[in-house]
Amino acid sequence: MKSNNLQAIYIMWLREMKRFLRSKSRVIGSLMVPFFFLLFMGFGFKSGFILPGMTQETNYLDFLVPGIIGMAMLFTSTFAGISVLWDREFGFLKEIMVAPVRRSAVVLGRIAGGVTTGLIQGILILIISLFMGFQLINPFGLVLAFLFMFLISVGFIGFGVAIASKMKDIHGFSLIMQFIIFPIFILSGAFFPITNLPGWLRLLSYIDPLTYGVDGLRASLINFSQFPIFLDLILLFIFGFLMVILGTYLFAKMEA
Amino acid sequence: MSDIEIKNLIKDFNGLRAVNNISLEVKEGEIFGLLGPNGAGKTTTIKMLATLLKPTKGEAKVCGFDILRQKDEVRNSIGIVFQEPALDNRLTGRENLDFHARLYGLNKETRQKRMKEVLNLVGLENKANVLVINYSGGMQRRLEIARGLMHYPKVLFLDEPTLGLDPQTRHHIWDYIIKLNQKEKITIILTTHYMEEADYLCQRVGIIDFGKIVALDTPQNLKNILGGDVISIEAVPQKRAFEIFKKLSWVKRIKQHSGFINLNVERGENKIPLLMKIDQKEEAFKVKTVNLRKPTLEDVFLHFTGKTIRETEASRSEKNKR
Repeated sequence: MKSNNLQAIYIMWLREMKRFLRSKSRVIGSLMVPFFFLLFMGFGFKSGFILPGMTQETNYLDFLVPGIIGMAMLFTSTFAGISVLWDREFGFLKEIMVAPVRRSAVVLGRIAGGVTTGLIQGILILIISLFMGFQLINPFGLVLAFLFMFLISVGFIGFGVAIASKMKDIHGFSLIMQFIIFPIFILSGAFFPITNLPGWLRLLSYIDPLTYGVDGLRASLINFSQFPIFLDLILLFIFGFLMVILGTYLFAKMEA
Repeated sequence: MSDIEIKNLIKDFNGLRAVNNISLEVKEGEIFGLLGPNGAGKTTTIKMLATLLKPTKGEAKVCGFDILRQKDEVRNSIGIVFQEPALDNRLTGRENLDFHARLYGLNKETRQKRMKEVLNLVGLENKANVLVINYSGGMQRRLEIARGLMHYPKVLFLDEPTLGLDPQTRHHIWDYIIKLNQKEKITIILTTHYMEEADYLCQRVGIIDFGKIVALDTPQNLKNILGGDVISIEAVPQKRAFEIFKKLSWVKRIKQHSGFINLNVERGENKIPLLMKIDQKEEAFKVKTVNLRKPTLEDVFLHFTGKTIRETEASRSEKNKR
């Protein structure tokens, strides 16, 4: 029975890879939005600005790139989690539900697939931004940046699975996007230092897990952060852990 | 030995009883059919047997395994083809089979050998590497049957296996089902609301209506209950005709349903002229159409439930609209 579950994780991952590589439009589509953000916001605000606590001017593009990577991880990961709903809509979920494997193995396989595609996209955005003039101030931080991408991805896939397990069909999807995912993105400080926000808004930013993801990415890539990096790491780790538990729990309770 | 043993199975959905105290057994190697209109509780029963739904009450065993306490053992010993397609259409046929085989823990050698066998059985060898999105409805259904067989199940559930398929494809699927029952020596439980399908395929049929099994026997025995011939008459005014027919000594059984009167008689071809004579003599009613046939399962269903399957479905969808 144990090898069944390992196979289940592997085949869920493999399926995601195949689907990803086969839909060119999905790959390109997922890169277009980050690219446009970098292009228009990065160049539009070209004049540098002084970050809180810094003395020297920082190029806005450099500030923006980690934020955009965080945004891309948020969206692709949540999608990867919510894709449970699409499997349900197209009937495939039943094939998975009736198999003699643990539901947790199914969720882990989905996370493995989503994290891999997420990391691929993160790396592609990083490469694009290098061509646009992004200065990798701290190349040694790359490994750390990958760790942050990984943690963001795991957390939000678990979050997506949890949401999908509670939803009846795909009709509530746009509501979730507008009222949950978009605020998470905006409040994370992807575009601006959250210390510029008034106190009550800043409070919302503090409970937004992506805030610590973006902050950690900035710490790793451009040596600027508003929180200690280990705090970012710990909070994201806890978030990821809780979301995986919650997602698995709700998915296991779901009836086909 | 029985592959399926169901005892007093009950399933409620929000106070509505979808499956009402069903008990039955299906023998090893049998093709068994659950016949009934949409909403009769067929799919719910199958889903409970496949461990996808929890029964409200009662118990059931599949291949000797309890559906509540031995879920994984049950899942390992059954294959299932759902009513709606359950394929990943962004994968090829072969990849869908491979996905399934790995979920069921088959090793590489077995996977490859079995894949060849099942593809051959449903005649999809040449389409195995095509994305499922390019398959026709019939091909998808065949692939699903092949997939259900991948892990050598002892029991195969087919939920409305030919729903939405054209008549020609339907007959092909029937042939595949009979072939795999013989070749693989597998027990098959199918649900259908097509009378001819149950009649053609099933060794035994359970007629189910409002969550209850109302009749359970071989199609032949069920039809023999009615015996003789069925004459179906459309006459106006129907009520008057019904009153007169009811008194005829040679009418064994009589049923009214939506504009028709069904008479159960012996040697129906001799009785039609007699009916026409009454029509002319009494002038109390006018016969519009007459139809003579051997009893079908549809007549059996009418006999046990007082309605034809089509009427039952029509009145139920009417109710749902309201």
